Amino acid sequence: MAKRTGLEVSLAVSEAVKMARAEVIAAYPITPQTHIVEELSQMVADGELDAEFILVESEHSAMSACCGSSAVGARSFTATASQGLALMHEVLYIASGLRLPMVMVVANRALSAPLSIWGDHSDVMAERDSGWLQFFAETGQDAFDLTIQAFKISEDHRVLLPSIVNLDGFTLTHVIEPILLPEQGEVDAFLPSYEPPSRLDPQKPTTVGPVGFPEIYTEVKKQQNDALLGSYEVILEVWDEFEKSFGRGYKPIEHYKTEDAEILIAIAGSMAGTARIAVDGMREEGKKVGLIRPRLWRPFPFEEFRNSVAGAKALAVVDRSLSFGGQGGPMCSEMRSALFPLDEKPVVTSYIAGLGGRDITIENFRTIVSDTERVLEEGYGDEYKLIGVKE
Amino acid sequence: MAEEPERKQFVPRIIPPRELFAEGNRACQGCGEILGVRLVMKAAGPQTIVVSATGCLEIVSSSYPDTAWRVPWIHIAFENAAAVAAGIESGIKVLRRKNKYTDQRVNIIAFAGDGGTADIGIQALSGAVERGHDFTYVCTDNEAYMNTGIQRSSSTPYGASTTTSPVGKKSKGQNTPKKNMPMIMAAHEIPYVATACPSYPYDLLNKAKRAIATRGPAYLHIFSPCPTGWRHPTDLTVEIGKLGVESGVFPLYEIVDGKLKLNVRLEKRRPVIDYLKTQGRFRHLQPEDVEDIQRRVDAGYQKLLRREECDSFKE
Repeated sequence: MAKRTGLEVSLAVSEAVKMARAEVIAAYPITPQTHIVEELSQMVADGELDAEFILVESEHSAMSACCGSSAVGARSFTATASQGLALMHEVLYIASGLRLPMVMVVANRALSAPLSIWGDHSDVMAERDSGWLQFFAETGQDAFDLTIQAFKISEDHRVLLPSIVNLDGFTLTHVIEPILLPEQGEVDAFLPSYEPPSRLDPQKPTTVGPVGFPEIYTEVKKQQNDALLGSYEVILEVWDEFEKSFGRGYKPIEHYKTEDAEILIAIAGSMAGTARIAVDGMREEGKKVGLIRPRLWRPFPFEEFRNSVAGAKALAVVDRSLSFGGQGGPMCSEMRSALFPLDEKPVVTSYIAGLGGRDITIENFRTIVSDTERVLEEGYGDEYKLIGVKE
Repeated sequence: MAEEPERKQFVPRIIPPRELFAEGNRACQGCGEILGVRLVMKAAGPQTIVVSATGCLEIVSSSYPDTAWRVPWIHIAFENAAAVAAGIESGIKVLRRKNKYTDQRVNIIAFAGDGGTADIGIQALSGAVERGHDFTYVCTDNEAYMNTGIQRSSSTPYGASTTTSPVGKKSKGQNTPKKNMPMIMAAHEIPYVATACPSYPYDLLNKAKRAIATRGPAYLHIFSPCPTGWRHPTDLTVEIGKLGVESGVFPLYEIVDGKLKLNVRLEKRRPVIDYLKTQGRFRHLQPEDVEDIQRRVDAGYQKLLRREECDSFKE
């Protein structure tokens, strides 16, 4: 039987990695991820987790070591944030290109400059196109469950791609939440040991990571993209199995009071909690407002998303990241273009909020909704708006 | 600490005929690096996993769908061969504990060029050996970025002309001395560091075998003449390697558990001009430049002799 335990979410993630029986962990300290790897170090030191912990000298080496360990068939894990993720950038594309499954938890944090240790999504949005599966957690339970699920999804032979589990720095990593911790046996039954289709083994030599000439590069990339698109079915399957085993159901996009909603707010991550309270407040005032929260970011769930917003008059997308000189919010521009081919579609408004640890308040969500109402009346004003800027 | 391996000295009769680095690769004619790699692989044997950094070796050996590797081989990027090797070693260690991987010893060898070692890869290398991973790192040193077209690295010797340290009205080519990578590795106090050159094949084979047999990190620095980059005739590769060693430009030594031993002791060194004049990259040097280089080489060699004497002192 699962037991409910009050845990700092970082420690819950460590617990998930332990229960997933990760075999190699390579990580480098960076705020706000550090508690995860500190706890894992202790678990290894205490003999609770039979893993090799590689105390690398940089995140670049963390990702490189995970490529090596995954290539010999070891279940591999790392965690990072912000500058650390940016430093890994080069190797992220190689991990996915070589189809090396592994799981990375990103404690989302702003990118420098100015230096900020606080949360937003600019770190992971810079890795949007890296070929990794990407999930956003809202709660501690979400983070715990996604971490275990991500191993199963990544290691599925139809997928064989690495996964990122995003959790907001501080507002999720450093809060204490009640977490339902399953029994080890239940996790073992759900997530058996990783058996790679091939591995670096002198008994059966393979060449991994050769040079790809123009004659084959496109084909390799197509296969990789097919695998990422194809992972969608596997994700749904795994979530289905997870629900049967643990009783908690997961969807690519979570809905809150959307049935009759005229204005939908979309936001990923922990700020959806505040958005819910804002929705409740506006509902009490008679406004037909709802919320969608994408849990799955890559592969982008196009159909699911289009269905989620069908019938709404407007979609107000809140990004915690700014695409400089472009369309503003990376998630919004994606959602906009997903809706573009449709005849019937909501008006899409784009808001940037919660940068560098700035809170997104209930009042901010109200502002976003009233601005969207104005756009519905008056038509477009701005391509996007920054919310809560001190003038 | 290095385990004293059973040291079977290589002689022609016992060199394994099997080529684990296959013939028919795409290396330039007269490539010194490939000679070294081929010998290292003979010393290593088939129970080996190879990691390559980006560079000449990776490019010439792995153009899909061809491969020159008869052992498992992986390439991830330029600066991280040591980190990838660390991941492989750790992965095998834990899988072995769980009975999920062969019990036989698996040699892990990382190959990188001088740029991949002394420049962009030095951080990952320093980290991996400091952590004590059981692997052998081989730097094949052709003294510049040859794969991208002869750009200087920190391993390019003083006075060499490259495409980014060119000779000009105000330049005599590379204006700083070659980074002393083997000594940087020795400063990590790892159990085994050695320099080698394919012109001395038995010495190289023995050192490779010893490096691979070492429990813990081992570093082998192979002087690799490059006809394309050094601008010398392709049939002079072996000869130029010898001249490099005989002139003291590239001394052959081993540092085992911190004790240095010169393997090719030169009672009388050849003048450096014998070495320099064989290569186009040094053609512009004036007599006073050659004298300058001679002084630098003399000083370096004296330093090694003194270190050897010091290390051989028995309390």
